[in-house]
Amino acid sequence: MRQSKPQLIINGKRIDGREPQDLRQIKMEVGILKNADGSALVEIGGTKVLAAVYGPREVVPRHQEQVDRAIIRCRYRMLSFSTLGERKSPAPTRREIELSKVIREALEPAILSTQFPRAAIDVFVEVINAEGGTRTAGITAASLALADAGIPMLDLVAAVAVGKIDGVIVLDLNEVEDMYGEADMPVAAMPSLKRVTMLQLNGVLTPDEFKKAFALALEGINKIYQFQKEVLRKKYVEVEE
Amino acid sequence: MSSPVKRVIALPGDLIVIDKNISIEGTNLYKLSENTYIVTTISIQDYEEGEKKRIRVVSLKGRYIPKEGDVVIGIIIDVTLSYWLADIKSPYPAILNASDYLGKSFNPALENIRKYLDIGDVIIAKVAQFDRSRLPTLTVQDKGLGKVIGGSLVEIEPSKVGRVIGRKKSMISMLTEQTKCEFVVGINGRILLRCPNSDLEYIAILAIKKIEEEAHIIGLTERIKEFIINEKVKRGLIRYETE
Repeated sequence: MRQSKPQLIINGKRIDGREPQDLRQIKMEVGILKNADGSALVEIGGTKVLAAVYGPREVVPRHQEQVDRAIIRCRYRMLSFSTLGERKSPAPTRREIELSKVIREALEPAILSTQFPRAAIDVFVEVINAEGGTRTAGITAASLALADAGIPMLDLVAAVAVGKIDGVIVLDLNEVEDMYGEADMPVAAMPSLKRVTMLQLNGVLTPDEFKKAFALALEGINKIYQFQKEVLRKKYVEVEE
Repeated sequence: MSSPVKRVIALPGDLIVIDKNISIEGTNLYKLSENTYIVTTISIQDYEEGEKKRIRVVSLKGRYIPKEGDVVIGIIIDVTLSYWLADIKSPYPAILNASDYLGKSFNPALENIRKYLDIGDVIIAKVAQFDRSRLPTLTVQDKGLGKVIGGSLVEIEPSKVGRVIGRKKSMISMLTEQTKCEFVVGINGRILLRCPNSDLEYIAILAIKKIEEEAHIIGLTERIKEFIINEKVKRGLIRYETE
């Protein structure tokens, strides 16, 4: 059902008017759910993701528990009304199950799970509105929620996608660019430790393009990371006033 | 507080680099290398200047992890033949043995354990043993421990219990003096109040909630005292307060 490919770069600008190295507009909020131990809402452009963290708590079912560390469980879901066009079935799809695993593995290196043996940390990521980059927004939101829950972490994890559209390396792809672009590479990292926790690549990049794209991704991650810290800090400064 | 303290909010991933002249303390630090530490939770970071420079990092959020000797307030969530399971707001439920509670041997064939404590009952207990490989065990064999029969229970963030008690118990004695309530503070973030009347009880609860909210701001005790006096005046309990 692919429609004819639109022109993605016009006069050096992208379809939504951004420069190749620009992020979409970001909005973050933490501690918005009362029942969760930690929660966060992240909006990147039209993408809106809600993350909630529960735990460390008892493991149910018991046989899943690990004697030396806490298990981390993650569920990524897209709400039925989150996509354009036809309603998405609420049953978990193949893609959602895979992304749950991807997000969990992107967060695991940051969490000091050995401090809570035989416990579970549950991370829920719900996509309210999907417009490209939901997994990266999900990781960003989940790490904020983990920090809000007071779970010890080595660093906050921030994530962003880079890609190639019409031969140009661009940062933070939106839905159209993702759909018609030549390559899409989501990256997650812990900036103050300089460690990458997730890197996926869909499409083809030459080694040179890859290096350029990777550097651009880290630049974007740093910006998002600063934003995350600012939001967490603001929550406590606000009370002061 | 008069000592020169610089206070900032530290976040996970913040690096603290120290040199020989600075000492550092805090439970939520991760040692990255010889002189570099990572803050792992949202915390307040105090930098004390003076003769001995030191950095103190205190967590603002986090679950309660049982420690031997802690006095905690638990709620019974399950009953078995010979022991109870209590929720102590930690990732692990705690065991209270019937023989410990009764102070004598207990035979489940002769007696029903529910006669003594049932689901929903509140207990003040001490953590007798905990090693992370098994569930924590509680004991009530000490002064002031046992089943709670009256009062009201307030829950706060476990990491902020230290603030409710205050330095050298300054906060809690101020609260007791001002509200005439009796406080039992469980280290796990539950506080039991026994108050002379409902007005004072309400004020005490408001004050505790305010402490929880503003735990990270310097000059807390004085502010809370002022807050309680204002609330009392508002409710017509006192006309004014002379200091």
